[in-house]
Amino acid sequence: MRKTSLLLLVSSAALALSACAKKAPEALPPPPADTAPPPAPTPTPTPTGPTPGSQADFIASVTSDRIFFDTDMSDVDDEDRAVLRSQAEWLMRYPNKRVTIEGHADERGTREYNLALGERRANAAKNYLASLGIDAGRINTISYGKERPVALGSDEASWAQNRRAVTVTVD
Amino acid sequence: MMMLSFRRKTLRGASALLALLIAMPATAQLSVDVTNPVESDLRIAIPAMPTQQNVETPAGSTDSLGQRIAEVIANDLRGSGLFTPLGPNGVQRPTMPEVTSPVFERWSAMNAEALVQGFVRSAGGDSQITVGCYLYDVALGTELARQGYVVAPRDWRRAAHRCADLVYSRLTGESPFFDSRIAYIAETGPKDNRVKRLAIMDSDGANHRFITNGQSLALTPRWSPDYRSIAYVSYVGRNVRIYIYDVDQGRQRTLLETSGAIFAPRWSPDGRTLLFSKSSGANTDIYKIPVAGGQPVRLTNTPGINVGGSFSPDGTRIVFESDRSGGQQIYVMNADGSNQRRISFGGGRYATPEWSPRGDLIAFTKIAGNFRVGVMDINGGNERLLTNGWQDEAPTWSPNGRVLQFFRTAAGRSGNSSIWQVDLTGVNERKIVTPVDGSDPSWGPLLQ
Repeated sequence: MRKTSLLLLVSSAALALSACAKKAPEALPPPPADTAPPPAPTPTPTPTGPTPGSQADFIASVTSDRIFFDTDMSDVDDEDRAVLRSQAEWLMRYPNKRVTIEGHADERGTREYNLALGERRANAAKNYLASLGIDAGRINTISYGKERPVALGSDEASWAQNRRAVTVTVD
Repeated sequence: MMMLSFRRKTLRGASALLALLIAMPATAQLSVDVTNPVESDLRIAIPAMPTQQNVETPAGSTDSLGQRIAEVIANDLRGSGLFTPLGPNGVQRPTMPEVTSPVFERWSAMNAEALVQGFVRSAGGDSQITVGCYLYDVALGTELARQGYVVAPRDWRRAAHRCADLVYSRLTGESPFFDSRIAYIAETGPKDNRVKRLAIMDSDGANHRFITNGQSLALTPRWSPDYRSIAYVSYVGRNVRIYIYDVDQGRQRTLLETSGAIFAPRWSPDGRTLLFSKSSGANTDIYKIPVAGGQPVRLTNTPGINVGGSFSPDGTRIVFESDRSGGQQIYVMNADGSNQRRISFGGGRYATPEWSPRGDLIAFTKIAGNFRVGVMDINGGNERLLTNGWQDEAPTWSPNGRVLQFFRTAAGRSGNSSIWQVDLTGVNERKIVTPVDGSDPSWGPLLQ
């Protein structure tokens, strides 16, 4: 848990220093009115926190449940790796848990190409988790293409939030 | 539907037009040039159709059918952008004898160049109705074409579409297209949680029907060539399926299912084979599978996203989309996957290629800033962009290869989508009225 919090701090700091940071909605200035609210801040786990191994526990334990991508890209950078490492730690702690990684694209692509692109992104996240020693058989992927945006605006800030791969635990 | 061939009292259509062209150059405008609609807005009178004896049918009285059939014909022809219909409202309904012996002075007085008349006949009750359809050249006072249609009362609109098709094809020289259907995705709800339902309708938006209830996300329907089935993508739990929906039975079966990504179903012209796209790792490839079920065969095998696919009308070639060179571009291959070559070389990216049923053109989405719908010839030349929306996407061809439908998405938080139609001139563009938002139109062939 402590390490997780530290990771969050480190990645936020790195972002603040990086003028051309590609993402991380948490670090963006207040979103424009046309944008959905950012994900709720990660609560600090307490002894009476979420049930160990639950989705709530996953959310509370990892740096983030999602990584973000540049336009048309699916590569996993240092910041993404830090997020995925935190997810891998959780998965190692709960070796019976499985996850689905949902790949998404922004609205500025054709529907079917975006389905392929979303899958490519989900797969990039899966591959990195597997490289960290997580059994690939525990990880499913699914692509929603541009069908399930979280930010509703038609602007770069919204699109940056929507180009994502989200890890969800499977009960 | 049964089609009748009435004995012609006058010259056959082609000879009549030929005579017209030779005798009176001034009336040569009584053909419509689909490539130049601005100068081809032909005034055509379409009075309500009389009936010998007004009887009740399940679709209403033959008297009211005569009015409504004329309205459908007028609406079809107006919607093509090539005609200015006069009537049926505000013009006199002819008597039965006048249907075959028009009072041409009445129509020339209102500057009508052409005249569509007809009749409705029924023995009453559930028995089939007969609709006669006659096309006249008003200036020459000659008959250009005639047909009769025998349909169940509930199919009365098909008789109207067939009559409009007769007029359209006789005056433009193009193949007909009104008597056809659209499958599409009906959309409701907020942008981040859209409900997407499979729906079908006639080419003019009538006879609208929702097929799925919206509990599962439905995407990218495609009519089978015989209109019996619709292939589409659906999300069921955390899996994706390609369903084959049987329209008459109201049942569907799962052809393919996976976690991951499986999408873009496309029928072969003979209706026996389905193309689909499947992701594996970072790559997506195009496969084919017998519609009856069987072993998929992979057709593309290059790094990158290869997706979609649209058969040439003869079934020998497939046009598809690939980003193997970097961005999305259009490629053509043989139906067995051999001889893959790129055909799009303009600036920007190209997506969603669709082979015209005439075989002569490829329609596509061009991505260069905004998303626009365009056409190019099958070797990639003579590119023309037809629309200019913020995001126009996924064209589908009319049965005659002269008109396209596509969907237009609005920028901003509404996420509103709508189905639009444009002809090959790019001039005649209009929104198709649907009960709720619409996307992913699939235009089927001419009904048999």
